[in-house]
Amino acid sequence: MKIYELVIVGAGPAGLTAGIYAARKKIDFIIITKDIGGQTLYSWDIENYIGYQFITGPELVEKFKLHIREFNVDIRENEYVMKVLKDTKNFRLITNKGEYLTKTVIIATGRKPKELGIDNENKFKNRGITYCATCDAPLFRDKVVAVIGGGNAGLDAVLQLSRIAKKIYLIEIKKELTGDRFVIEKIKKIEKVEILTNSQVIEVYGDNFINGIKIKKEEDIIDLRLDGIFVEIGSIPNSEIIDFVEKNENREIIVDCKNNTSFPGIFAAGDVTNVFAKQIIVACGEGAKAAIAVFEYLKYI
Amino acid sequence: MNKKVILYSTKTCPFCRLVKDFLKQNNIEFIDYDVGEDREKLDEMVKKSGQMGVPVIDIDGEIIVGFDKEKIKEVLGI
Repeated sequence: MKIYELVIVGAGPAGLTAGIYAARKKIDFIIITKDIGGQTLYSWDIENYIGYQFITGPELVEKFKLHIREFNVDIRENEYVMKVLKDTKNFRLITNKGEYLTKTVIIATGRKPKELGIDNENKFKNRGITYCATCDAPLFRDKVVAVIGGGNAGLDAVLQLSRIAKKIYLIEIKKELTGDRFVIEKIKKIEKVEILTNSQVIEVYGDNFINGIKIKKEEDIIDLRLDGIFVEIGSIPNSEIIDFVEKNENREIIVDCKNNTSFPGIFAAGDVTNVFAKQIIVACGEGAKAAIAVFEYLKYI
Repeated sequence: MNKKVILYSTKTCPFCRLVKDFLKQNNIEFIDYDVGEDREKLDEMVKKSGQMGVPVIDIDGEIIVGFDKEKIKEVLGI
């Protein structure tokens, strides 16, 4: 079996930037990924990626794709790594389509939305429960909806929905909304938004589609009849593909300032790691660093 | 033989865009309904697919939910 110098797992901002750097260093590598773009595909308004005063996530991903195409990078799309294993001096990657051997790995698998963890959640996925406001908000024209989570993602969902839905409940488990104050002030002025803090979703009910939810607000149980809920309660790292590197209490892969993990030859970059600030531009920088670190590492093995 | 391809999408959904790009790249003609605007077509989509997520692709009556490239290729025979 061929032994690659590097396999990059994931093609979000971190993986793609690592790919560009690796290609320019003429490293013999491939990228294995479920999709191109990762979470950036779901971002709507991006106003803090330098060079673009305003760009949408899907458009920025288009730019990334055009850029990486310049280098004829071998990207195995629609393929996902299930396990990274040690194999004498190399690493063996098991995917849904086959196996690969490589001297080094950059794990850039990003994060996925956190789920509510209540009964019926799976049953009602895409039957009223959605995790992508950007995708599905337009389907709820003149409907009653709830947004779960009062962080920035939740507030963003409320703003998107305020132009579409008839009534929006914003449900936050903590005492106060946690997003940017500027946006909170804006949302408090929208009449059709009702904010419920100290509130936890305990039940989702319906037939084929959801008809309502029950929430626990302090000692009270409140029954809300509605057509859809948007879950925006944060994300978890896609770090389960590897067992033999150190992770922190949030299951993020721990990296040092050169993107080394605790195991030599395994590097990690972007939102799957414990890097401070989960931002597109930070992930890009981390990907660049990881590829340069791999290049240095390959000189000595 | 050309198959009839119907896409149910919204303006903002990234995977809808990927489906459109994919179909265009392969020179597949398709009808695109914006179910964020067209309530009737939204109901039709829900009836056909039994769910509310977009994109939904109808290829000669075969329903595919999401951007499942392999499945689309298989059904289209490309």
